[in-house]
Amino acid sequence: MAETYIARSTAIAARMLGGEMMVMSALDSTFFTLDEVATVIWQAADGKTPLDRIVTEKVCPEFDVAPDVAFNDAEEFVRELSQHGILLVSDHPIAEKQDNA
Amino acid sequence: MNLIEQMNDKALALGVPLSAHFDVTYRCNERCVHCYLDHDDHGEMTTDEIKSVLDQLADAGTFFLSLSGGEVFMRRDFLEIVAHARRLLFNLKVKTNAVMIREPEAQKLRALGVEQIQISIYSHRPEVHDAITKLPGSLKRTLQAIRFLKAQGLKVSVANVLMTENLSDHKGVQALAREMGVQYQIDPTVTPKMDGDHSILNLRIPGTILPEVFHDETLVGNVEEFCAPPQAPGEDVMDGLPCSAGHTALYISPYGDVYPCVQFPLSCGNVRQQRLIDIWKSSPEFHQVRSIRGRDLHTCSGCGHVGSCTRCPGLAFMEGDMRGPSTADCEKSFYRTGIPSANMKKNGWTVPPSHAQAQPILVQIHPLRVESPAPKELATL
Repeated sequence: MAETYIARSTAIAARMLGGEMMVMSALDSTFFTLDEVATVIWQAADGKTPLDRIVTEKVCPEFDVAPDVAFNDAEEFVRELSQHGILLVSDHPIAEKQDNA
Repeated sequence: MNLIEQMNDKALALGVPLSAHFDVTYRCNERCVHCYLDHDDHGEMTTDEIKSVLDQLADAGTFFLSLSGGEVFMRRDFLEIVAHARRLLFNLKVKTNAVMIREPEAQKLRALGVEQIQISIYSHRPEVHDAITKLPGSLKRTLQAIRFLKAQGLKVSVANVLMTENLSDHKGVQALAREMGVQYQIDPTVTPKMDGDHSILNLRIPGTILPEVFHDETLVGNVEEFCAPPQAPGEDVMDGLPCSAGHTALYISPYGDVYPCVQFPLSCGNVRQQRLIDIWKSSPEFHQVRSIRGRDLHTCSGCGHVGSCTRCPGLAFMEGDMRGPSTADCEKSFYRTGIPSANMKKNGWTVPPSHAQAQPILVQIHPLRVESPAPKELATL
């Protein structure tokens, strides 16, 4: 089965506020707040670490949740954010996009 | 309560400046007849200083950032500043006259993930717009820039300041905005110059025009609701805050001065002398602003309009008392509902003083309505 790699879009705004991550898409102005688990996945979305490793290494130890349950939740989370262009998803590692200002 | 309001409440409880308005320069390539700024450079912050302020804002928790001026593109480093702000993941709005924006700048703004560009247009007629900006060809260049920005898929809004010079043109600007597929907001703001010169207040629209504006459903939405008589204020109003200035919002000038709001010239400190977070948390001026509740307002706490008035504490401050009335807002409340304010009754005015020409006053009307849906929201994931 192919690995899933996730990376944060560059077209978003984000800020942590009192333990919650606020995220807004610059593309369609969709506004999200992420809970603690989603925030951990979000912060680990570096384009290089496969989603299953993020779940087993970051989510499961921190939140004491079974890997299969956590992975299903993570997939749903990734699917939803990717639909809004907030997370980029690929079966290959995603290179970091450099701005050239 | 929507998600953004929830986040705002949370920021208020945590003492976080969720929104910041940062003027990166007062220099400008236009010389608008109504502008309150001194366009000479009296020592604006360097690129590194501005980047440091942006770092401090991000650390303080600021999410919504407006970069404005002056004309922001008068700074050759402006796109570098934008890039830095976006690296810090601000939700970024840029206010500009757009005259210096061509395709490369539009492409860059799009690539950097700017949320929205707000552009001032005063008339759909070049002879009127250019006479206000005092820059020949400015309307043509601004409209070209809007097309470049739209072609990049950027969200653009047109701010239409209403004054005597363009009083009959707001319908034309509105139609132009619709044709170009951009948001429109009416923003009749004329305030005294920074040096205290009140002469530009002669440009204010006569109060008698306000009923026409307030009864235009294309500007205010539901007219019946907008112009409804005020309801008796409850305890929530008396315990409530006048506005977000100094509570979850702040303003920073190109010289590093920190204020509660761009229209609230109460200096709270300077980032060249103190860390931003120390000014935000410890400035006696910020504490003074934050101490004010609805029940503390002289005159206004006993006014029937207190729960629905757009009273601006900054304008009240410029009239001499941040706890007092803002006559310009009394005027709006009166012409919106036909009911005199407590301030009018106290002074024996049958109509607000701008109409009676009793004294020069400020006319400041916040944007009434933006012709676009609010940001879409999804439940917490």
